[in-house]
Amino acid sequence: MNTGHYWLVIGGVLFVLLNTAAGLIWLERRMLALWQDRYGPNRAGPFGLLVVLADTIKLFFKEDWIPPFADKVVFVFAPAVVVASVLMSFTVIPFAPNVVVADFNVGLLFFLAMSSMGVYSIVLGGWASNNKYALLGAMRGASQMISYEVFMGLSLMGVVVLSGSFNLREIVEAQRGGWYILPQCIGFLIFFIAGIAETHRLPFDIPEAESELVAGFHAEYSGMKFGMFFIGEYMGITLISAMVVTLYFGGWLGPAFLPPVIWFVLKTFVFIMLFILLRASMPRPRYDQLMEYGWKILFPLSLVNLMVTAAIKLISNE
Amino acid sequence: MDLTFYIAAAIAVFSTVMVVTRFNIMHALLYLIVSLLSVAVIFYLYGAPFMAALEIIIYAGAIMVLIIFFVMMLNLGPETARQEKEWLRPGMWLLPALLCAVLLGELVYLIAQSKTPVTGITPVPPKEVGRSLFGPYILAVELSALLLMAGIVGAYHLGRQKKKILHRFFESNAS
Repeated sequence: MNTGHYWLVIGGVLFVLLNTAAGLIWLERRMLALWQDRYGPNRAGPFGLLVVLADTIKLFFKEDWIPPFADKVVFVFAPAVVVASVLMSFTVIPFAPNVVVADFNVGLLFFLAMSSMGVYSIVLGGWASNNKYALLGAMRGASQMISYEVFMGLSLMGVVVLSGSFNLREIVEAQRGGWYILPQCIGFLIFFIAGIAETHRLPFDIPEAESELVAGFHAEYSGMKFGMFFIGEYMGITLISAMVVTLYFGGWLGPAFLPPVIWFVLKTFVFIMLFILLRASMPRPRYDQLMEYGWKILFPLSLVNLMVTAAIKLISNE
Repeated sequence: MDLTFYIAAAIAVFSTVMVVTRFNIMHALLYLIVSLLSVAVIFYLYGAPFMAALEIIIYAGAIMVLIIFFVMMLNLGPETARQEKEWLRPGMWLLPALLCAVLLGELVYLIAQSKTPVTGITPVPPKEVGRSLFGPYILAVELSALLLMAGIVGAYHLGRQKKKILHRFFESNAS
C-alpha cells in the first residue's frame, strides 16, 4: 500500500464517517417520525435534509457556557474523549480488501480498548459538571458500561476461537465459508445488546434518562461541546453496526455484482436502522433491572457460548 | 522507533511525576491514566501488542474507571485539595525524594553496568502469550484464579443483604 492510497483511505474514512454521523441525525428523526406516524423535519431543503446544517449553525452560535463551579480543564476535555475514542476504533475496521487504515494484528483488542476509553467521556463529563444530576448520570453510565464491556469482550471471543485471529481482516477472510452469524448467533445477540449499552442508546440510555435526570451526564453542556457528545453517540452507533457486520455478517463479502465497499455500507446501514427501530419501539428498563439482566443472564450466557464454541472447535479439529 | 520510545517514556515519567504532585485527586488519577497509556505504547513498540492492548483494556479501561467511580462517590471538592495542600508541605517531600534518588542512582548504575543492550525486537503474537501462560506458567494462572475466586466470595459475603422485613405481617413468612 503506497502513501497516496493510505492518505486517501484516512481522508475518505474521516469524510464518510463524520458525514454519516451528521446524516444519521436527520435519518433518525425522519425514521422515528415515520414509525410514529408523523412527518418529522421536512422543511429545510429537500426532504428536510438541511435540518442538520441548521442545527449545526445553531449549535455554533449558541453561548458556549462553562459553569463557574465546574472543573474547567476536565469539563472541556471530556467531550473530546468520546469522539476521539470512537474515531480511533474505526482505524482497525476493514471496509474492503484494501481499504483499512491500520491492518493491526490485535485489531479486535484495540477496538475493545478504545471502547473502554470511551467510558471516561461520560465519567469525566458528569464529574466535572459538578451537578447532582450529571453525577448520577455519570455513575450510572460508568457502572453500565463497565459491566456490559465484560461480556462484550467475552461474546467476541467466540469469533476469535472460530477464526483463530484477532486481526479483523483475517476474521472477515475466515468467513468466506460461511458467515459467523450461524455458529455464533448467541454471541451476536449478546454483542449487539452490549453494543447498545456501550453506546448508551435507548432502551439502555439510562445515563441520560431525560425523564429522571434532566439530561444526565451532559446536563451542563451547551453549544458545540454538547454537539460532540451528540455526534459521538451517532458515530458509536455506526461503529457498533460496522463491528457487527465485520464480525458476524461477513464484512465486505458478498455476491460479486456489487463492489465490496458497497456491501459493507449496505450491511452496516441495516444495523443502523435496527438501532433506530429499537429506539422507536422499546421502553427504558429500570437501572437495577439493567444490571441484573446483564450480570445474571447475559454474562453466564456468554461464558456458556464461549465454552461450547471452544469445545466444538476442539472436537472438530481432532 | 527510538524517537517514539523516548517520547512515550518522557510522557510516562512526566505524567507519573504529575500523579504524585497533584493536590486534586481526580487530576492525579487522570495523569495516572495517561501514564498507563504511554506504558502501553512502550509495550507495543517493544513487540508485545497483546500486552499493550490488555494494559489499556484492564488497567486504563477497567481498574482506573472503578477507582474514579469511587472517588466520584466520595464527592471530594476544593476543600480536600486545600487540606491535601496543607498536609503535603515542601518539607514532607524531603525524605521520600531522598529514598527515591538512592533507588534511581542504583537503577542507573545497574543499567550502565549491564553489557547486554536491547537489540532486535521479536514480536510476541497473542498465540505465544496464550501458549506460555497455559504451558510453563499454568501454576501462576491457577493461583491468580484462586485469588480472584476468594475475592468473588468475599465480595458476595460483603454485598449480601439481609432480607428486610417492612411489616410485621411478613415476619412469619420471611424467616
